[in-house]
Formats: sequence, structure tokens, C-alpha cells
Amino acid sequence: MEPTLNNPLRRSVMKGLLGTTSFWVASGNAHWAEALAAEAAQPYQPAFFNAAEYQFLESACERLFPADHNGPGARALGVAEFLDRQMQTPYALGENWYMSGPFEQGPANLGYQLPFVPKDLYRKGIAGVEHYARQQYGKGFAALSALQQDEILTALEGGSVQLGDIPGRVFFEQLRTNTLEGAFADPLYGGNRGLGGWVMLGFPGARADFMDWVNQEGASYPIGPVSISGETA
Amino acid sequence: MVKHVDAIIVGAGWAGSIMAKELTEAGLSVVMLERGAERTTPVEGAYPESIDELRGAIRKRLFQNLSQSTLTIRNTMDQTALPYRQLAAFLPGEGVGGAGLHWSGVHFRVAPEDLRLRSAIIERYGEKFIPEGMNLQDYGVSYDELEPFFDKAEKVFGTAGEAYKVQGKIVGDGNVFSPDRSDNFPLPAMKDTFSASVFRDAAKNAGYHPYSLPAANASRQYTNTYGCQMGPCNFCGYCSGYDCYLYSKASPNVNILPVLRQDPRFSLIPNAHVLRVDLDSTKTKATGVTYLDTKTRKETSLSADLIILGAFQFHNVHLMLMSGIGKPYDPVSNTGTVGRNFVYQTITSSRVWLPPSTYTNQFVGAGGAGVAIDDFNSMNFDHGPLGFVGGSPVWVNQAGVKPIAAALGAGGGGTPRWGSAYKDSLVNTYKHSLGIDAHGSNMAYRDVYLDLDPTWKDAYGQPLLRMTFTWKDNDIRMNQYVVSKIEPIARAMGATKMNLVHLNAGQPFDTRTYQTTHLGGGAIMGENPQTSAINRYLQSWDVSNVFVIGSNAFPQGMGYNPTGMVAALAYWAAHHIRATYLKSPGPLVKA
Ligand SMILES: Cc1cc2nc3c(=O)[nH]c(=O)nc-3n(C[C@H](O)[C@H](O)[C@H](O)COP(=O)(O)OP(=O)(O)OC[C@H]3O[C@@H](n4cnc5c(N)ncnc54)[C@H](O)[C@@H]3O)c2cc1C
Ligand code: SF4
Repeated sequence: MEPTLNNPLRRSVMKGLLGTTSFWVASGNAHWAEALAAEAAQPYQPAFFNAAEYQFLESACERLFPADHNGPGARALGVAEFLDRQMQTPYALGENWYMSGPFEQGPANLGYQLPFVPKDLYRKGIAGVEHYARQQYGKGFAALSALQQDEILTALEGGSVQLGDIPGRVFFEQLRTNTLEGAFADPLYGGNRGLGGWVMLGFPGARADFMDWVNQEGASYPIGPVSISGETA
Repeated sequence: MVKHVDAIIVGAGWAGSIMAKELTEAGLSVVMLERGAERTTPVEGAYPESIDELRGAIRKRLFQNLSQSTLTIRNTMDQTALPYRQLAAFLPGEGVGGAGLHWSGVHFRVAPEDLRLRSAIIERYGEKFIPEGMNLQDYGVSYDELEPFFDKAEKVFGTAGEAYKVQGKIVGDGNVFSPDRSDNFPLPAMKDTFSASVFRDAAKNAGYHPYSLPAANASRQYTNTYGCQMGPCNFCGYCSGYDCYLYSKASPNVNILPVLRQDPRFSLIPNAHVLRVDLDSTKTKATGVTYLDTKTRKETSLSADLIILGAFQFHNVHLMLMSGIGKPYDPVSNTGTVGRNFVYQTITSSRVWLPPSTYTNQFVGAGGAGVAIDDFNSMNFDHGPLGFVGGSPVWVNQAGVKPIAAALGAGGGGTPRWGSAYKDSLVNTYKHSLGIDAHGSNMAYRDVYLDLDPTWKDAYGQPLLRMTFTWKDNDIRMNQYVVSKIEPIARAMGATKMNLVHLNAGQPFDTRTYQTTHLGGGAIMGENPQTSAINRYLQSWDVSNVFVIGSNAFPQGMGYNPTGMVAALAYWAAHHIRATYLKSPGPLVKA
């Protein structure tokens, strides 16, 4: 599949989505796959997260989605890069969340009621986890053993830890959600490198044509994935 | 100067677009106001950028932008309702086409007895069978009256299906519980995905009556009654929550608006958020509407002889409350009608794992395709010994499962939600399992309703709508009963493992996980102005030049998906407006 690179509509859509990160400005009219390859050659420079925060994400996301016999983990898939890029989109500002006060807390089943948008949750949440890690183990999160990191993540998930004004569970769910997005979203967002997430699941990506595969009596789909930019694996 | 047109339509979804088409055909000048943006399939559906799960169903690009307006939700009247801040449980539409642009396309008619459920229950089981506090009501319209309009809608939507009975003759292997039809489906049924075919065989062997879901996904190329064209669906799997890149899924944008836009009597104004319907001093006649241009924040008033609300179920109720159309419902005194009988739908999704040599290829799918049984829907089984009202179809409706959604949903219920063990189960579940849904009715109750919130406001300064809703014992027991019927079918499918999911006693409605966008009631149709907000022609009892079209008209939530019924009700109302109302405007039913 050959993307139609001079289609002005697509370019404006992409800009709207990704803002004016250097990658997209630099890419200009270049072939997306080439641009992605060039990008992969040099390490990604985070623009939203500082070095320590980025290091936290690299280690925490890898525990949530570790490399194993199933396939690559969050680090190899570029999940931290995905997260950093997402923090530069309107999503980070809670673009389609209702964020008018008052903010009253209620039963969990009535949903999210905090005055924080995703970028606040990350800034405060990471600082909170680092603080908790030092308190409990005397070291920053990234310096802990995998076992200790898992203990912290389990505590956050279980709801026993408060991270300043953010419940640990809220931060955990935000991180889990975005980590899985980064593992499986189209690689144009910076994660799912080499389509590794899709290969793991046998998901064909943007093929979107199964005319002959509606029912093949339980056989496994034979064609590998393709991304929006035309990358295959 | 206030501009005047013959008719104003609020909302550019299915309800609004059908009404606009009908009224322009009748020679009226029509302005359709849509709060969201302009949307067309060549732009929103363009390949490959529309084939993007993150931008689509995950970031929820095509749905209502809650930052501008939302509602508040509580389970019981003694709670403080809190804002629905993040889209999850239901996903209302916004923009031209409404939710009709990104729905799935399961296109049902109605189970005839659902239209007269109160009468049917009393005839069979006596009035005492109806639990205390349940507001069970008839629609005031019969299947036979609506049949020509179901037929008309199917021919506009290009609906694919297999009929059972046409003009009294059995013609095919369709749903044996479905009523007689005047004509066949315009297109043959969609093919069964592998998972649907396994379900079909197992259900048949278990003695049930499987049928192909009627789907407004084109099984072949089709040109509809308006001359609009659809291409064949290729089961691309980016269906629910997406604009169809192949013009195969029926939408107002593909099936109606291309011809409407060419009609000089019609104009469509996007980014026009209607604030209220303006009434004259008697409060019995609407003079027009006032809307806000969401780009310039300028208010404009338009005058019209006829106003159609097609803003979607709860937005219609909100507009009625904001405008003073009809009397707001008060659950304490049990008076008033606007906001009364708010209903939803029960849905639980169970999962069945097939052997590891079998691949379910869940990414293959079409929103409307699948195989269902109706053996436990509507009045098709004996409720006597069971002691509940209502029922559920059960189906495999593989609409295309994409990896982020699969990953977010995997794990939980005692199994890991992250780490290596989670990855094992995610991969196994994605490759080898399939889902079976019980998609059932939800009854109306005296203390389940809609009104205005006392605290929170939308971006335009209007109070948010407040929803008081939870699951009730009758509906929980119905769901549990129907889910128990899935187990033998799953066994017959060769399940190596199954996870049967049902509602639990006392479980409150949870706003955090997607259920359906099949909200109903709140401004219901009926024969008695004391217990319904609109008459059997969907005309306001109180302000006779206002018609309120949508699932707000349903007195209770049914097992079927609502849009086929909404479309038929729109054509039904339009027919009576054209045949009677326009000749002599006024109430079509004496109060
Ligand atoms: C993901 C998804 C899948 C679905 N699948 C199915 C299915 O398979 N089968 C089925 O039967 N149904 C399905 N539905 C439900 C279906 O989409 C709705 O029943 C149907 O679209 C309702 O049509 P409507 O015209 O009443 O409302 P809508 O389509 O919601 O249109 C109403 C329009 O009014 C506009 N509006 C609201 N308020 C104002 C205002 N104040 N001023 C101006 N404009 C306003 C809205 O922006 C919207 O565009 C699905 C819904 C979703 C979200
Ligand atoms: S599954 Fe079919 S109807 Fe649905 S979006 Fe894809 S091609 Fe269109």
C-alpha cells in the first residue's frame, strides 16, 4: 500500500493531531516510513518529561508490559516516547473531558471527579511515586529491583497508596491505559515500534479488508500487519 | 430581523435527516441546526487515516465533546449527582450525521408485543405481575401501523438480512419470532464470521432458533430509494465508532444528506447549538428557536411554523426542560411527564475460549453482522414461573476487535491486569476467544428519571441534565436468567474455558465502562397526556407545533437496538405531519 503523500488533507490532519513537534515539521513531504526510520536511528529526545521522569516511565512501563516469550515489552516498543508525544497533544489537556467545578468526590462507579488533566496526573503522579519509592526503599523507582518495582505498582493498583492529592490507583490506571495504547496504537504515534505489538497479537493493522477472510473455519490469518504509513512486519 | 422558515430541525442525525427529507419533499423550507461540525465520509472516512484505533474509538474523535456539555449522574435520589466527565458508559454523537455516522448498524424492527408490553403482560399474567414502582406502558402504536415505515427505512438504509415471513408466507431461514413483513430485506444477509457460524450451529443443536442479525452494512453494492449509493462491506473491522471508508455502513451522511444537500429548500447550519425552543406567551405554541454559533458565540433567533427536535434522546429532554415544553416530571408527587420513564438497556458480554488450534480472528468483523437467538427476548418465553418482565436477545456480533480495546479489557476479575501473565492471557484471548452478548431490556421505574441539575452548568451557562439511574432487581434477574442459557451453547461450541458475565444483585450502574448508547425514554409517547410527553404521532401534547423524534419516545428499553425503531417512528410521524398536520396544524390527538 502506497500512502498518498501529497494529499493536503492528510497533512493538515496529522499536524492537528501531533502539533508542531520537530519530527513532523522536519518530515515535510518525506516518505513517512523513511522519516520514521530516520527518527528511530537517533534516540528520541523527550520534550514534555524531564530526564528523571522519562527514566521512571521507561522502567515502570516495562514492568507493566515486560518483554517476554510473547514478544517485545514497553521499552522496545517505544511506549515512553509515545507517552511524551501524547503529552504534547490536546489529549494531555483533557480536551474532551468536562473540567468545570465544583469537584466533589463520590462513589467510584460515578467516575473520575478530580480537577486534573492527564499532564497533571503524570507530573504529580511520577513525583508522588518517586517520593514513595524513596520512603519505602531509599532509592528512586528506576534504581529498584524488578521485584520492588512490582511491589510498588501492586500497591498503587490496590489503592493503598495516596500520591499527594492523587490517589495512587488513579495514577496507576492512567499509566496502564496509556502504556497499552503505546504498545498497540499505530506506530505513527511513536509506540508499537516495528509493529511489534501487532505481530504479538496477530493483528493485521490497517489492512481493513477481509472480504475473503470472513470465515476461514478457524485458520490463522496469514498476512502480517501494515501501518498507516505503509510499514509492514 | 428574525428570519423565518417553514420548519426547523434540531440535530443532524438519523431522526433529523429523515424528517428533513420528508418535510422538503412536502415542499417546506427546512433549516437543520447541528451543534457539531460538518462531517462527510470522503473526509472523515478517508483511508488509511480513518483506520486508526487511537484517534478513533480510543480518543473518541467523533463523539460528543464533553468539555462543552455533559450530564450529571447518580444512582439514587438521595445521592448528589456528579458530572459524567469522561466518555465511557455511553457515547453520544456530535456533528453532521450524529451517532449515525459512527454507529454499528444492527438494524432491527421491533418485537410487536414490546409495543404493548403492559397490555401483553396483564393479558398473560395479570396486573399483579408488574412489580411495585415499575411504570410499564404501551407505546400507543401497533406493529401493523408501523410496518410500512420499517419497510421504507430498510430500503433507505440498505439493510441486509434474511426474512422469515413475507406477506404471510414463510420465505427463508430468518427469525421465527419476527413478525410478518410486507417485503423482503433489500439485501441478502451478511455472511457469518467464523465465530458467528460456530454460535449458529451450537444454538441450533441446542434447540434454539438462530438468525442473521439484520445489518445496515451493505452485503452488496446498493442504490437506495433516494438514489444514494453504498459499496459492499468487506468486514474491515473499523466499524463501531468509525466512519465507514467504503460507504457500506448506512449513515445520514451517505444515505440521505447527499440528496438533501442539493435541495434548494434545505439548508444545514453546523456549529449551531440550539439553546431553546422559543414559545409564545400562551406556552402552547412555539415561535422558533434560539441558537448559539459555537465559533463566534453569537446568539441568533430563527422563526418557524414547525419545530422538530431530533437532538437525541436525552438532549431532546434537556431542550424540552430548557424551553418549558410540557410539565417536568416529579417522582415524589408522581406528576409531570418530561423526564419520566428514563430507560437504558442491560448488556453483559461473556467470553468463550476455543482450542488453541482455532483462531477467531476477532479483528475481522462488521458492526451489524452476527447471529442471534430471540428465544429469550420479549414475550417469546414463559415469564410466569420466572417472575420478571422483559428479555434479551443473545448473540455473537463480532464487530471487529482492535488491539488497544482488547488490551485495556483483558485481565481483571482475579487475573493479572499487567505483567507477563497478563500478556499470556491477552494473546490467548485475542487469538482464540469470542464474545457472546446478552443485550436486553430495561424497564422504567418511578424513581429513575431525568431532570435539571442544581449545580453544574454547560459551557453556555445552562444547567446540565441530571440522570438518576441504576439497575433494578427485575432487570438484574432477567439478565441472570438469560446468561444462564449461554452456558450450554458455549459448551456445544467446544469451549475450553468460559467466563459468563451477568449483572449482580444490588450492582449499581457504573459510568466507567462502555455498555451501549441505547438510552431511551424521558419524553415518551403514549395515549394519556398524564403519563406521556408526546402523543402517538410524537407530537408534544402541550405545544402542538413541536414534534420530538428519537428513542426518548420509548416507554421502556427493549432488547433490540433502537435505531430501526427510531427511523420507523420518524417516518411514521412524518407521514402524519404530511397527510394531516400540514393541512390543518394543531393537535393530531385530542388531549
Ligand atoms: C458506538 C455506537 C454504536 C451504535 N450501534 C448501534 C447499532 O448497531 N444499532 C442501533 O440500532 N443503534 C446503535 N447505536 C445507537 C444509534 O447511534 C442511535 O440510536 C442513533 O444514532 C440515534 O439517532 P438520533 O438521530 O436520534 O440521534 P443522534 O444521532 O445522536 O443525532 C442527534 C444530533 O443532534 C445534535 N444535537 C444535540 N443537541 C443539540 C442542540 N442543542 N443543538 C443542535 N444540535 C444538537 C447532536 O450533536 C447530534 O449530531 C450506536 C451508538 C454508538 C455510539
Ligand atoms: S465493517 Fe463494513 S460497514 Fe463497517 S466500517 Fe468496515 S466496511 Fe464499513
